[in-house]
Amino acid sequence: MRVMVLVKANEDSERGDYAGHAEEFAAMGKYNEELLKAGIMLAGEGLTPSSEGKRVDFGEDGAARVIDGPFAEAKELVGGFWIWQVSSMDEAVEWLKRSPFKGASVELRRVAEAADLEGLVPQEIIDAEQRLRSQTGQQG
Amino acid sequence: MTPASAAPDVGAARRTAEAVWRIESARLIAGLARLTGDVGLAEDLAQDALVAALEQWPETGVPDNPGAWLTAVARRRYVDGVRRQAVFDRKAEQIGRELAEAEDPMDEIEFDAHVQDDVLRLIFTACHPVLSRNARVALTLKLVAGLSTEQIARAFLVSTPTMAARVTRAKKALADARVPFEVPVGADLEARLASVLEVVYLIFNEGYAATSGDSWTRADLCEEAMRLGRMLAALAPDEPEVHGLVALMEIQASRIPARTGRDGAMITLLDQDRSRWDRLLITHGLESLARARSLSGSEVSGPYVLQAALAACHARALVAEDTDWTRIATLYQMLASLSPSPVVELNRAVAVAMADGPAAALPIVDSLAGDPALRHYHLLPSVRGDLLARLGREAEARAEFERAAAMTGNAAERAHLLRRACGETNPNTQ
Repeated sequence: MRVMVLVKANEDSERGDYAGHAEEFAAMGKYNEELLKAGIMLAGEGLTPSSEGKRVDFGEDGAARVIDGPFAEAKELVGGFWIWQVSSMDEAVEWLKRSPFKGASVELRRVAEAADLEGLVPQEIIDAEQRLRSQTGQQG
Repeated sequence: MTPASAAPDVGAARRTAEAVWRIESARLIAGLARLTGDVGLAEDLAQDALVAALEQWPETGVPDNPGAWLTAVARRRYVDGVRRQAVFDRKAEQIGRELAEAEDPMDEIEFDAHVQDDVLRLIFTACHPVLSRNARVALTLKLVAGLSTEQIARAFLVSTPTMAARVTRAKKALADARVPFEVPVGADLEARLASVLEVVYLIFNEGYAATSGDSWTRADLCEEAMRLGRMLAALAPDEPEVHGLVALMEIQASRIPARTGRDGAMITLLDQDRSRWDRLLITHGLESLARARSLSGSEVSGPYVLQAALAACHARALVAEDTDWTRIATLYQMLASLSPSPVVELNRAVAVAMADGPAAALPIVDSLAGDPALRHYHLLPSVRGDLLARLGREAEARAEFERAAAMTGNAAERAHLLRRACGETNPNTQ
């Protein structure tokens, strides 16, 4: 199974201010190495401050409204993520406990598989979504 | 605190112990094997520590550093055992000192070069050629992947006692042969590495051949094998074939969601809905392949890199019609010159047929006709039938499809071949 690890942003990461965090970065580098060596890391990236981001709100009529960052409430924003391949959510929790985070909030979410959607959504929609996903994925 | 959380949660502590075991067992066993020089004993000690955790953690709560806790318990067991044997008094004293020195629990989770080497030694030992293939597979899943005997037994469709006996015999065989706990060097390394890669790929294929289910199934073996492969790639980053194997497994596994239809029937590669392919695995696999190539500086470093390159040709084609069959035919040629095999040659014929048409491929297939290795291989008449059908030689094609149908043990495949015998065309080759 796959688990997405959502690391919340904080005020420093939102300012793009990493000056006082050299030690944390070194520890995180080591931790990432450990995840690699355990063979569980499928993806992992840090995100730049929300000042570089956009948010798109859709009205009831489907009209899109683009809002420029930065966004308030740093704690509600995602600052980085991993995708891990683990045998259980418990294993993901144990891995996360080994991370060097301090004063942070990190969320673990299981990535849905095709089986999770079956029966909930008409099959044509699942098929269409898969096709769309593959086309966008192919460009990456 | 609510009354419900005041009582220790036995189930949660148990699950935590199992999760910790998955993460720590390879390092734990590897470290103990270095200490004791005996992989079998190391595994017994580690298992004892797990049993202690399962007994104690529900009562006492999970310790802050569960990995260090397991290590300390296992080492203590060892020292106690040695002490009991009195003969080794001095050795026990020495280990007791080491144990006291290693008191800082943070030492235990440092992933230093020492531990890495130990884990790599453990992998090479579990895949030692003194053991049978089955024994190597079982021991690798047990010692390195941290699976329980029961899980391994279920995956290989044997009873738990049978698998337990297999593991015990394997551990004894290693001890009897006095297999040293080390990473081979020099000329030895290549052959031993080939054995390790073979074991990992065997595990993968065992899972890949299985159909999906709900609980812990054989299909999970694919994930275990990929995890082992990635571990190996991180521990031995300079070996192109290791990255090649990772790439091969990941690209193959990317097709799992598209391999079975809603009725459970197998869907062949060219008929698969490629939008169902797992893009994350493809991306990861292509990266591993690129790493393998940059390490070896060429394409022909070894069979896994070549097979991964073949799988990548399909992965890169968004629709089956975009497949670069000329390149596939070339890669099969390279693979055939590296390790000649009639099966590879048959695959090359299929690629040539796709690239240059059936007339170019028929002589290759005909040259395989008398090969004893393919005598019972239904794909030979099946491929030949397909080529003949495309050449308009229907009567001969029909005979080949009927022959192929009689040879396959798979009911769905037999039905498919009989339909072809009745003149149904293959949509891929129109």
